[in-house]
Amino acid sequence: MRSCNVRVIVNGRTYERTVPPRLTLADFLRHELGLTGTHIGCEHGVCGACTVLVDGASARSCLMLAAQADGAEIRTVEGLKGSDGVLHPIQQAFHEHHGLQCGYCTPGMLMTLVEFLGENPKPTAEEVRDAISGNLCRCTGYHRIVDAALDAARRLAPREG
Amino acid sequence: MKPPPFEYHLARSVPEAVGLLSQLPNAKVLAGGQSLMAMLNLRYVHPDHLIDINRIPELDGIDIQDGVLRIGAMVRQRRIETSAEARAAAPILCEALRHVGHRQTRNRGTLGGSLCHLDPSAELPTLALLYGATVHVAGPDRTRAVAMADFIGGYMTASIGPDELVTAVDFPLWTNDHGYGFSEFARRRGDFAIAAAGVLIERASDGRIGKVAIAVAGVDAVPVRLGEAEAMLRHKAASDELFASAAETCLSLKAIGDVHGSAAYRKKVAVAMVRRSLASACERAGRGSAR
Repeated sequence: MRSCNVRVIVNGRTYERTVPPRLTLADFLRHELGLTGTHIGCEHGVCGACTVLVDGASARSCLMLAAQADGAEIRTVEGLKGSDGVLHPIQQAFHEHHGLQCGYCTPGMLMTLVEFLGENPKPTAEEVRDAISGNLCRCTGYHRIVDAALDAARRLAPREG
Repeated sequence: MKPPPFEYHLARSVPEAVGLLSQLPNAKVLAGGQSLMAMLNLRYVHPDHLIDINRIPELDGIDIQDGVLRIGAMVRQRRIETSAEARAAAPILCEALRHVGHRQTRNRGTLGGSLCHLDPSAELPTLALLYGATVHVAGPDRTRAVAMADFIGGYMTASIGPDELVTAVDFPLWTNDHGYGFSEFARRRGDFAIAAAGVLIERASDGRIGKVAIAVAGVDAVPVRLGEAEAMLRHKAASDELFASAAETCLSLKAIGDVHGSAAYRKKVAVAMVRRSLASACERAGRGSAR
């Protein structure tokens, strides 16, 4: 096929596009759907900035073709905020703990942590460091991101209890 | 960068994928994509056709029969890592998988993809070699079963035809109370290993070492078994001194140096990894903890 039909649900909304096979999911989200919250850093699967959730599992969207996402449910950073505009608890924790400076890695960090805290609601700092090992940040030195993640876990806990 | 242009084909069955592979010139198989997509983005590869095998259900099983753990080629690394069945039968797989890339890449990356990519530092080909696994390969006219040692063709080269597809990998299981150890050194979490070593040990009834296997990644151009060290250990009583001298055999391995570490350094790291893996395998062996 020289072009591919892609039907995806992104943050609850259905989109349908016809795209060239070589278009990555990251470029599809940014350029076809205008969802520029997903950042592109290295384009070879090292930096983690483009991390999104594909059917609930974190994935590097630069290492997937848009064509492969056909039929999938995708969650990006734009889907974290509530419809009332209230930040997601992980976003709020990043805000309060200074878990970002330039913000380039932040969407990938957030999406990685959404999956991780869902599976591991009471992580240790060491487990958080392991979970974000695939996301590079050049500003914070990671300490405040770890603090934010641990605080986010506490904020999320009562909801899940 | 962005991938070069290619045509995309979604295969729905193994015969369809193999048929496409034998008909289309300059075709590549797209498995989990965690290496191939990066190579496409960097334009290291220029296939005319990509054959996506992500929606072939028959490649997606994990099951145990007659003492063999069979894992389908497209089973995601993260699924093996978190599989209760795999953990009970072959716990070293789960232990080693924690070193494979990162959670995001393990969510997509597959067993078959890693074996075919055959990076010399990669954990999964090393484990397949450690187990003496059998790789099942489907071609246009026949299927064949290849011993992992023969599947390894050379540096990043699997012995597989351009029209063949890996379908599953069989890991012959060790006894329930076997010991296992996996150690790896990398500069950063999830990086390619400078060196890594996997060890399996079964104790004989007299408490001595019975069956033993050792495999090392990251040193030579391909993963290697330490046959000489295995022979030194067989039928011996375990001791730190014995483990140290068995591990020292790494120093006579062929090794390749690169920007991440010289050949000599990789060998020294391998010695330490083997020694550590032997110690933890021995400690776990025969205590029933390795179930």
